[in-house]
Amino acid sequence: MTLLLQDRAVTRPDGAAFDPVAIRRQFPIFGRNPGLTFLDTAASAQKPRAVIDGMAEFYRTDYANVHRGVYGLSARSTARFEAARETVARFLNAADPSEIVFVRGATEGINLVAQSWGPAFLRPGDQVVVSELEHHSNIVPWQMLRQRLGIELVVAPLGADGALDLVAFQGLLGPRTRLVAMTHLANVTGHVVAVEAVVRLAHAQGALVLLDGCQAVPRLPVDVRALDCDFYVFSGHKCYGPTGIGALYAKRALLDAMPPWQGGGDMIRTVSFAETTYQDAPQRFEAGTPDIAGAIGLALALDFMDGLGRAAIRDHEAALTRYAEARLTAIPGVGLVAAGGSRLGALSFLVDGIHPHDLATIFDQHDVAVRAGHHCAQPLMDRLDLPATARASFGVYSTEADVERLAEAIRAAQRLFGVAAR
Amino acid sequence: MDLRDLYQDIILDHGRSPRNFRTLAAPSHFAHGHNPLCGDKVTIFLRLDGDRIVEVSFEGKGCAISTASASLMTEVVLNKTLAEAEALFGHFHGTVTGGAASGTAGGLPDALAEEGERLQPLTGVKAYPTRVKCATLAWHTLEAAVKGGGLPVPVKTE
Repeated sequence: MTLLLQDRAVTRPDGAAFDPVAIRRQFPIFGRNPGLTFLDTAASAQKPRAVIDGMAEFYRTDYANVHRGVYGLSARSTARFEAARETVARFLNAADPSEIVFVRGATEGINLVAQSWGPAFLRPGDQVVVSELEHHSNIVPWQMLRQRLGIELVVAPLGADGALDLVAFQGLLGPRTRLVAMTHLANVTGHVVAVEAVVRLAHAQGALVLLDGCQAVPRLPVDVRALDCDFYVFSGHKCYGPTGIGALYAKRALLDAMPPWQGGGDMIRTVSFAETTYQDAPQRFEAGTPDIAGAIGLALALDFMDGLGRAAIRDHEAALTRYAEARLTAIPGVGLVAAGGSRLGALSFLVDGIHPHDLATIFDQHDVAVRAGHHCAQPLMDRLDLPATARASFGVYSTEADVERLAEAIRAAQRLFGVAAR
Repeated sequence: MDLRDLYQDIILDHGRSPRNFRTLAAPSHFAHGHNPLCGDKVTIFLRLDGDRIVEVSFEGKGCAISTASASLMTEVVLNKTLAEAEALFGHFHGTVTGGAASGTAGGLPDALAEEGERLQPLTGVKAYPTRVKCATLAWHTLEAAVKGGGLPVPVKTE
């Protein structure tokens, strides 16, 4: 079956058409694995040549430790590293680069907030609100804080449509709510949370808001000042950058008020055995030699995305998501896990009579890579009463042909299991 | 690699229509097995008379491989002694993991040769390292049931 959708052409900022087939050629992995249908970008994105070669080039020409050496090479390396921070700040539209803390990834960013801001500002009985959609990384740090401080963890429910229930969410907020920590785009279902409303409702109660942008940053233009969120975290490896690097955005006044969380070199001003004084933010939160090349790789990845156009990337992801929804649900026996009518870039699906792990094994024989399992969101799987789902997710290099190969692999699995619709 | 080596008809049949898929009203032993990586869950129920398995059943939710493996396991261990069940597990485990334990693979006593043969269709899983744990979950859980006698026991899989 051929499915034609009208008005699908996506245009880039320079007026050129957004052409995922051409973009794909900038990702060497597809040249080396010509048969690969990669539909697991939500787990980690592939890397463009600009990032791979740019990081190698940095090591070849400008590498030295940062913030230390008087010599020219260290100064160049420091300039590149701090320029990367400026790139991240510009990418998120932060007011100032000093609002960007380099971390290993979103997980570390959330743990930093939990361990630095938490004990300094939370008292027993205070509440942190998360949602049923969260990845384990936005649940466990708050549970650890609950154990340590005696705070309460409140869970905002989903509606039957799979969307965050904003009315129920508002009902959970009260004078004891101090922080709302929520995903911007759910990794399991692809649901885009109405974060503007979340921030408005939370702020009306005097609570701060932390947004987990792991899945949103690769797919949506994100403007932290327009959102007015207090903290925003994301991982470099999900937006075409290297692993081991990510960023925490926090409003400057918050960072200024937060104590250090790890001690070591680079985060201090003076050290004696009697007393140590600390650097200002963001250095105060970056103890030890940072992932210098990682930060530069992250900046190269963000520049790569800006070059494609972030609105264009969003439109491409949206168009491909609509195409996949239509294509997969047209196959008898295939159902999508609900995402509240605002699914972007990822979709979880089930095939009647075939467990997701069997699906993934069969897909692998067709060189179709999808994720099967609980997606690091066991509470959500419990809520949905599903042991596992199969998830397909898209990137700038994903095409309708990828979706077609997925559909064919589903058909093949149904034939093998004898559950094909006649 | 032909998927048919993994998903043989007998596997698909037991995956779709598992045998002995029920709880036991009065088990002498049981254990819950859980593979947190993929979410598969299985509970094995046993009734022993001395050291002989006189009743065995299972419940749970899992993929075709883990369901079929549990189903076939309940068929082959019924009316066997614990020592015989252990010998079958050792044989099966060695075959599917292909590890050091595979030394036991050829060493099944003649009396259990038929049972070993019945487990043969599952051994296709050895070509799929990420799926081996699906095939062994029920066996590990059986072992835990025997050892733990009904107390919650963490079940280790490959």
